[in-house]
Amino acid sequence: MKDMLTPYVTDDGRQIGDILMDMRNITLRFGGVEAIKDISFNIQEGEIRAIIGPNGAGKSSMLNVISGFYNPQEGEVWFRGKKRPPMKPFQVARLGIARTFQNIALFEGMSVLDNVMTGRLNHMNAGLFSQALWKGRAEREETENREAVERVIDFLEIQAIRKTPVGRLPYGLKKRVELARALAAEPKLLLLDEPMAGMNVEEKEDMSRFILDVNDEFGTTIALIEHDMGVVMDLSDRVIVMDYGRKIGDGTPEEVRNNQEVIDAYLGVAHD
Amino acid sequence: MSADFLYGIEVIINGLMAGVLYALVALGFVLIFKASGIFNYAQGVMALFAALTLVGIMEGEVPFSHLINAVFGTNIHHFGWEVPALLAILLTLVVMIFFAWAVQQFVFRHLVGQEPIILFMATIGLAYFLEGVGDLMWGSDIKTLALGLPQGGSLWVEDMTSGLGGDDFYGFFIDKLDMVATVVAIVLVTGLILFAQYTKQGRAMRAVADDHQAALSVGISLNFIWVLVWSLAGLVALVAGIMWGAKSGVQFSLSLIALKALPVLMLGGFTSIPGAIVGGLIIGVGEKLFEYIIGPMVGGATENWFAYVLALIFLVFRPQGLFGEKIIERV
Repeated sequence: MKDMLTPYVTDDGRQIGDILMDMRNITLRFGGVEAIKDISFNIQEGEIRAIIGPNGAGKSSMLNVISGFYNPQEGEVWFRGKKRPPMKPFQVARLGIARTFQNIALFEGMSVLDNVMTGRLNHMNAGLFSQALWKGRAEREETENREAVERVIDFLEIQAIRKTPVGRLPYGLKKRVELARALAAEPKLLLLDEPMAGMNVEEKEDMSRFILDVNDEFGTTIALIEHDMGVVMDLSDRVIVMDYGRKIGDGTPEEVRNNQEVIDAYLGVAHD
Repeated sequence: MSADFLYGIEVIINGLMAGVLYALVALGFVLIFKASGIFNYAQGVMALFAALTLVGIMEGEVPFSHLINAVFGTNIHHFGWEVPALLAILLTLVVMIFFAWAVQQFVFRHLVGQEPIILFMATIGLAYFLEGVGDLMWGSDIKTLALGLPQGGSLWVEDMTSGLGGDDFYGFFIDKLDMVATVVAIVLVTGLILFAQYTKQGRAMRAVADDHQAALSVGISLNFIWVLVWSLAGLVALVAGIMWGAKSGVQFSLSLIALKALPVLMLGGFTSIPGAIVGGLIIGVGEKLFEYIIGPMVGGATENWFAYVLALIFLVFRPQGLFGEKIIERV
């Protein structure tokens, strides 16, 4: 097994850095139900890390712990070498952890451009007075933010729908806009909750390409949850397998594929 | 042009100006409802409280003087100074912002995720609480708000228009205070729209109004935004309180104007700022015109019920209002 605790170079030549996020002995309970049982894993800088598992395995719960939507009863969350105290989701977002949602959470009434622009809110620091006068810091920031947003929009090839209200877009494009909003924040860590759920083959291929390109171009560390096994194996550098709230496998796609427990719990079962 | 026709126009103009005040109160409702889903029954009382506080500060009254005197056996009522209007308005705004913070901190922060009916009940409690506090702080007597705003009919308009009709027509009678209120309302609404469109806080506010979960994920503090919208609603309440108070004195019946905002909201939709404005204008014009044309046939006083009947008709045929989001039930 590859030594994962030190920086390494992937087969396709990408440099993977130090540990960015370290989850230590996380346990999450809802009433008497343990959604996550004593799970530890880490995410290294520059990696694409996947969390897979059958329905109800606790994957989304884990993503919600990372993004602060849930706070675990036990265990520690370490981010960029520091222990993170219990936080609200908006505070986690301000640390540089952006996310998308399984069932898409966009601002339906706003245009694509405005949606992506909200991703830049944490990059706006000008005071209200400066904003009102439209001088100095506010003006400079707005220009910078507009440029950043346009870069993301170009990158994800959604120029044509910039002014369209998001509510009118088809599902696949909404997913892409949500990714654009998360990217606009220039996150240190990008969390994707089933980025390809409900997509057709073509849309899935597009999305896979975008995820790889984002990682390649911006060096963004990505943690994603996915159901589609083929996609996960192609995309990710390392995979965590969860089942009934426990971690039953952790390693490269190759290692996970050959793990007997994983095969029994997940891959061995006839699945769509 | 016949004099009757011209008087009809005068009625419409006055209706529009009355409508501006309805729209102002309705606007306060919409701000809070959009961002938090809370129907704020206390909006009218907020306008009353703001007006009371403004008068109290201007006249240098000691807040809670009755209470202080009763407890300590003193006899103080006035600080002995008078505060200039502009400074008093700013101080009142500070009080309204503090109120916004307190409401969020002590009431609604603890009710996140509750049923709308529970939030609504909380605002009813808040309304009576605030009315009591206003009473305790500043006393319950009717006060006059002497801001020095122009009042009475505008002679200029009267002179300019008297030549339009025959001998029966003496020119349009338009209250100067109504004209001021209209200008102030236009400035306020323009300011609010610019704020919502172009500032960081405004964008965050619109984001929260649209989707809470998504707003959290881009780093927006819901708590902050809710304090912000309550503060803005406090500002709108202050403006409405000033205009209404200058017109008919600061008295406790002022809080009942909130009820007139209800039909305005049913017309305009609970989630639309343009809706609140257009709804207010329609109600204002509608009730004045109805009183002018139909009123004499039915013995008058139609202004008391016209707005509600109009709202009822809207509820039957277009429940989401003119501008509200269409309610589509998927099965």
